Amino acid sequence: MVHGSGGKAMAQLVAELFAAAFANPLLDQRNDQAAFDVPAGRMVVTTDGFVVSPLFFPGGDIGSLAVHGTVNDVAMAGAVPLHLTAGFILEEGFPLAELARVVTSMAEAAREAGVAIVTGDTKVVERGKGDGVFITTTGIGMVPPGVAPSGDRARPGDAILVSGTMGDHGVAIMSTRENLGFETGVLSDSAALHGLVAAMVAAVPDVHALRDPTRGGLATTLNEISHQSGVGMALREADIPVRGEVAAACELLGLDPLYVANEGKLIAICAAEDADALLTAMRAHPRGQDAAVIGRVVEDRHRFVQMETRFGGTRIVDWLSGEQLPRIC
Amino acid sequence: MGTGPEGMRLRLRVRGQVQGVGFRPFVHGLAARLGLTGWVLNDADGVLLEAQGPGLDALPELLTNGAPPLARIDAVEVTALEPVAEEGGFAIRASDASGRAATMIGPDATVCPDCLAELFDHGDRRHLYPFLNCTHCGPRFTITRRLPYDRPQTSMAAFPMCGACAREYHDPADRRFHAQPTACPDCGPRLSHPIPDVLAAIRAGRIVAVKGLGGFHLACDAFSAGAVDRLRRVKQRNGKPFALMVANAASARRFVELGEAERLTLEDRARPILLLRRHPAGEGANGAEADRLAPGIAPDLGWLGIMLPYTPIHHLLFHEAAGRPAGTGWLEQPQDLALVMTSANPGGEPLAIDDAEAERRLAGIADLIVGHDREILVRADDSVLRLVAGAPAFLRRGRGHVPVPIRLPRAVPPLLAVGGHLKTTVCVTRGAEAFLSQHIGDLDNPATVGFLEETVEHLLRVLEVEPAAVAHDLHPDFQSTRYAAGLGRPLVPVQHHHAHVAAVLAEHGVEGDAVGLALDGFGLGADGGSWGGELLLAEAGGGFQRLGHLATLAQPGGDVAARQPWRMAAAALVALGRGGEVVPRFAAFGPAEGVRRMVERGIGAPPTSSCGRLFDAACGLLGVRPVAGFEGEAPMVLESLVRSPAVMDGGWSVREEGGARVLDPLPLLGRLADMEAQAGADLFHGTLAAALVDWAMPVLEGRGLGSVALSGGCLMNAVLAEGLAAGFAARGVRALLPRLAPANDGGLALGQAWVAATLPGA
Ligand SMILES: [Fe+3]
Ligand SMILES: [Mg+2]
Ligand SMILES: [Zn+2]
Ligand SMILES: [Zn+2]
Repeated sequence: MVHGSGGKAMAQLVAELFAAAFANPLLDQRNDQAAFDVPAGRMVVTTDGFVVSPLFFPGGDIGSLAVHGTVNDVAMAGAVPLHLTAGFILEEGFPLAELARVVTSMAEAAREAGVAIVTGDTKVVERGKGDGVFITTTGIGMVPPGVAPSGDRARPGDAILVSGTMGDHGVAIMSTRENLGFETGVLSDSAALHGLVAAMVAAVPDVHALRDPTRGGLATTLNEISHQSGVGMALREADIPVRGEVAAACELLGLDPLYVANEGKLIAICAAEDADALLTAMRAHPRGQDAAVIGRVVEDRHRFVQMETRFGGTRIVDWLSGEQLPRIC
Repeated sequence: MGTGPEGMRLRLRVRGQVQGVGFRPFVHGLAARLGLTGWVLNDADGVLLEAQGPGLDALPELLTNGAPPLARIDAVEVTALEPVAEEGGFAIRASDASGRAATMIGPDATVCPDCLAELFDHGDRRHLYPFLNCTHCGPRFTITRRLPYDRPQTSMAAFPMCGACAREYHDPADRRFHAQPTACPDCGPRLSHPIPDVLAAIRAGRIVAVKGLGGFHLACDAFSAGAVDRLRRVKQRNGKPFALMVANAASARRFVELGEAERLTLEDRARPILLLRRHPAGEGANGAEADRLAPGIAPDLGWLGIMLPYTPIHHLLFHEAAGRPAGTGWLEQPQDLALVMTSANPGGEPLAIDDAEAERRLAGIADLIVGHDREILVRADDSVLRLVAGAPAFLRRGRGHVPVPIRLPRAVPPLLAVGGHLKTTVCVTRGAEAFLSQHIGDLDNPATVGFLEETVEHLLRVLEVEPAAVAHDLHPDFQSTRYAAGLGRPLVPVQHHHAHVAAVLAEHGVEGDAVGLALDGFGLGADGGSWGGELLLAEAGGGFQRLGHLATLAQPGGDVAARQPWRMAAAALVALGRGGEVVPRFAAFGPAEGVRRMVERGIGAPPTSSCGRLFDAACGLLGVRPVAGFEGEAPMVLESLVRSPAVMDGGWSVREEGGARVLDPLPLLGRLADMEAQAGADLFHGTLAAALVDWAMPVLEGRGLGSVALSGGCLMNAVLAEGLAAGFAARGVRALLPRLAPANDGGLALGQAWVAATLPGA
């Protein structure tokens, strides 16, 4: 890949690669934008930038991640995703073969999710000014009537559910990156969740909040919701699903799996009386087989997320201002 | 005073802890003895009195030296006045409650000898009454909601006095004159269970929750291995030592060595838990007595924490166990009963203080809950001390010592300091006094954060202080830091080890530039790094410089390494070029191969200059508690192994690195890797102390300083503290040791306050 005017031929090649891989009626019109009709109702839009090292990891790569991440942000509004757009920033010298792998994976993820990449853009930056490839995706979707999950709607008494095991993505990334002898076989959970969400809102339209615990993991995301809603949360450690391999890797590194990223899991908060129905709907879906009720929303002026530990004590599962710093003096 | 007492009248202002301690009746009695007329009253500044008459000359001296047991006189100011004509006698006047409080509630104190005599006197109306007290003894701090210290402000407000108690209360000649918590069987609080039933439960191997002064204890028979093991299990307490309560010093001698200094501390009115050297197993009759104790009390530790009874309830239990002897002679004789007494704070949360709360929180733990209807208003854990270099030093400051202020070298602005994360205390300054709170605990659970807030509010309320600024640790993720930020007052961030050093400087009254060693577990450095073995210059203006630090070791896994000393040993082996030994040595304790790679590649293994982690490395290399049940366990066991510290020639080097003096004890660690534990413990302690002295001396000499402040959690290790004190003394430098505040993070708030006070514009 070459940068600047000298790389015109290459830019052409890249454009054709994208056009072939992402082919769909709107993109095929080759306009600088995609124009389409939308149904009446409530629309959501979201955008996300993806930078990940390594670009290829067990269970996914930056391409599939760029689709799943944005589809999931749309889905967390309870919405059905319609279209995606994609922007690429390529580093000069990034091998075309790797780019082809990324693009193919991205196209496959979009197809599998039933969402088309309808317009996009590519820029090439000088060597050393990027990290192979950065991808930005934007997604739009439509929210079914009567569905309005939001981070400020958690109420004392509500049930807190997760759709599966915590920390898989982060550990998969670390195991590849660090080669620390805990090649665990843990795959990233990177996946599109709108199908699961559709099943959930069909069962419980009034789900109070949905969010995917990506960066910062379950702990950080629950703290965000606590602050938005002005409530506290009480979790039970024994009820939070964590794979044994993930727990072992975290033990080695001194990390708490509750702070480790997920890319194919969601948190749902609903009224206590809806919890059974929601859990049943989640477990019936392939992406929610390990779903569990992990705690409840409580009244708390401190807005603490607290957890009853396996040893019967209670500890604060706090938000962190940066990485996990030591605290034991 | 050139003129005689004739034609002379004196006004005396007495400052200090002079209210609620029987000071006015004491003055009244003195006046009668000396033939004086005049008056005495309590006011916001303490006690004020005027007197004239024949014995006047002797008054100031007798006032100071004969004061009642619980009084603490900070100052007596004397003014000469014109005598008053035709004064009838000596009066105790009503309190003047106007103005801001400059006084303070006293600390809780053990039952006094007079009350003990009544307790065991068949003819006394308070015979066997579990709540008797007088102005010389009993509850204070833990039953008082706010100042002034009067009965309606205490939890005794619920108990109107009977006629007999009221007569004593109003009689200036009685030792219960204005004894706010006074009570008797007719009018006072009642115990929920008869003493014989409580003792029977203990003797049957049950776990009994007993309400004390600052909270509930969990008690059981110290000779019952089954009861102690069960207590450990239900309390989820991994290996942390339990304290013992025995009847008296004579009983304690059955288990521990007790010199004169130790006895005085043990018998102090504050009745702390004192760490005492346990008789070695199997050595003579004494060893055999100690061996009768349940092995689970303090596994592998060379000390036992011992305390003596301090409430009438405790005394009645021992009295019952002794067969209800008449009189008080038995109080001096060895008694067989020994109780394990541990704070009833399940899951590391604050002590249970309320009877209903105890029923709820202790239900699955205690077989019997013994409460009463005198409410505890302020939680306070037992104080824990040990003797270091011949004098007591706090491991934990609590009941009996709070709220006694620590004198600062000068008056400072009103400040609040909120401490750290573990073993937290808070500190409030008022004038030249620093009020360090009782031990609050580890701020990793919501209940303890709530206790922190309660404690701050209570201290500010009783002291009537509006803090001008709030000092806190640099660590952004401590709950104390977040609490400080939410108060909406000016903030003063203070580096952790600077605060440790400043705490020692504050209590020793050192102003001006000073050098200190902070030998500690972890604190966030000014550079964002992990610090803990620091040679600091504390500047007069509130700043500091990092003059040097221990050579860093990787800390694989961060906090987890503080509970798994083998990880620090793995880091040391890699640093020694002996990484190949990591797996063969430690595979049984955890993911050794992964840890070795983390250290070698610097992944998840941040460098730390911590002295605490250096101790852990030594423990791991010597095979002492490679995996610890609680932080600090391994170094405590290591210290227990020391017989005679030895110094390894060439065990360390000192080098300049980036303008800092770096002390590198790697050769010592290399030697330890090939030693057995006991000799290794001797060599580690001796060499570390020598190395630290060698490291600091040129800095002290270069600055012409004759003293050095020693601080940080590692100073709770008496062998290290004494080794340093002796080592510096041999080089003509006086070591300032933490005495009034704990060396660990329990003293942090005092240092934070003192740093904030010394900043320009403070
Ligand atoms: Fe510390
Ligand atoms: Mg987003
Ligand atoms: Zn008394
Ligand atoms: Zn009475």
